[in-house]
Amino acid sequence: MVCIEARGLRKAFGTKVALDGIDLHVEEGRILGLIGPNGAGKTTALNAILGLTSYEGELKVLGRNPWTERDQLMCDVSFIADVALLPRWARINQLLDYVAGVHPRFDRTKATTFLSRTSIQLDAKVSALSKGMVTQLHLALIMAIDARLLVLDEPTLGLDILYRKQFYDSLLNDYFDRSRTIIVTTHQVEEVQNVLTDLMFINHGRIVFRCSMEEFESRYLELLAHPDHAAEARTFKPIHERHAFGRSIFLYDGVNRQQLAAFGELRTPSIADLFVALLGEKSTNHEIRERAAL
Amino acid sequence: MNNQVNAMREFEGESRSAVAPAVSPAQRFYWSIRRELWENRSLYVAPLTIAAVALIAFSLSSIVGIWETPLSLDPAKPHGPYNLAAGLMMLTGIVVSIFYCADALHGERRDRSILFWKSLPVSDTTTVLAKGCIPLVVLPLLIFAIAFALQWLMLLVSSAVLFVSGKSVAELWRNLSFFRMTWLLLYHLVTAHALWPLPVYCWLLLVSGWARRATFIWAVLPVIAIGGVERLVFGTWHFAALVGSRLIGNLATGAATSRDAFPTDPMTHIHPSCFLGNPALWLGFVIAAVFLVAAIRLRHSQGPI
Repeated sequence: MVCIEARGLRKAFGTKVALDGIDLHVEEGRILGLIGPNGAGKTTALNAILGLTSYEGELKVLGRNPWTERDQLMCDVSFIADVALLPRWARINQLLDYVAGVHPRFDRTKATTFLSRTSIQLDAKVSALSKGMVTQLHLALIMAIDARLLVLDEPTLGLDILYRKQFYDSLLNDYFDRSRTIIVTTHQVEEVQNVLTDLMFINHGRIVFRCSMEEFESRYLELLAHPDHAAEARTFKPIHERHAFGRSIFLYDGVNRQQLAAFGELRTPSIADLFVALLGEKSTNHEIRERAAL
Repeated sequence: MNNQVNAMREFEGESRSAVAPAVSPAQRFYWSIRRELWENRSLYVAPLTIAAVALIAFSLSSIVGIWETPLSLDPAKPHGPYNLAAGLMMLTGIVVSIFYCADALHGERRDRSILFWKSLPVSDTTTVLAKGCIPLVVLPLLIFAIAFALQWLMLLVSSAVLFVSGKSVAELWRNLSFFRMTWLLLYHLVTAHALWPLPVYCWLLLVSGWARRATFIWAVLPVIAIGGVERLVFGTWHFAALVGSRLIGNLATGAATSRDAFPTDPMTHIHPSCFLGNPALWLGFVIAAVFLVAAIRLRHSQGPI
């Protein structure tokens, strides 16, 4: 089933174009990573999907128009925008009461079970919690909602490394299943590499690259070239070359693994390296679009 | 990937129920009101504090006699302190309403919690109407309940003082006509403090949803500007008087006795037919509705500041 379907999604703030005609097609049961530099249009795209901002073009989320049907849509969609948005005046009990009162798919027992594994007291105020605890609380609320789409916009921003690891672990272990869809944006791409099923790069309001993670793993190769073979390795037209510890590191797109094996160590590149290769300063948008021809 | 597979298995047993239990609009409205009371504790803390102070002051004046002839101890003319107490509570109500409305749609944008509220299936209309209901329904009832309790306690205190000093308690009770006073207080609160100033409250709600900062200044500025221009061009104060009358209630047009410029005295009888038949009241409702619709549209499109 299709979760999100967008055609020519466009949004401009005055003369600044935040989304420049995006086409999106997200199937149910995927975990999509939306990666891009600051100001690329990630948050605007998510806001449009969540019905928080108006847009031009066609957009259907779970078959609904998010801008005009936000309240009905939110029965099936949850989101965490970033860490600091739970109301600080609220007590945990009050938040549980409220969500249980207004949300048909909220399971209060589930939320309290999650919370009982943390050190959060139910009669505490949000303002008394640390940043990490607020995120845990928000996650407990969200994971107790039986939603079909979960949107995470920089969910681990400002969290320390322990919580960040925990966050994605609970997400996969306690929440994700085949019928749910998750969209996540983050700058910490290394954290989500093993979590995602699909990858999308966005820049200047356009989708500049997309592939599934299976495709990513079979298509892209990183070669840590032996110094003697660097020149030979270069003849296979790497899409990017960098240097570390006096050795050349090449990134290849669609080159046969056997052909390269003799030149050094092969490994799957990180998303960050591919991002730099495709969107780094040398690449123009035009080149990227040619390479990412779908 | 193993984790994912495990998680999938774990959840396959408890697949999503096809039909979720419905939550009625009334239920969402009720929880939205609850949320406002949790968020704005001053709505009841301020009136309760004022009432407590008033009660202590009244008790002291009754018992010790701060004035030459203590206010409460004239069984023949007992209404003074009760009306004073009611007026005090109503003044508190106005102040709390104004502060509440000026912050109602601003606070959630300022602390970014609007993103959390909007992640739940509650419509902007429900949220804004719940906020509008606070000065229109919740606060008047709250003020009434507190003022009622305060007057009861005052009556008990003065009865006890009269009893101890050997004066007639019966005369006090006979002259006070307590239930008529209570009924008129409720009537006055609904008319003069909820319905009549509604456009002002809705205007403040609208500005609180629109302004990025300094909501009070943005709310007052147009009034001063229009009033100033009117004064300079025509030399009159009609607009300022109009706004002022909505706020602190010059009900001259609706009151049977038009000399009451400031009817904090709930015994002032506003005739119901005069009040409801006043076109200004209905014009006020129309203006309030326009402001409310605009505030709902703003809630729809505005995000955190």
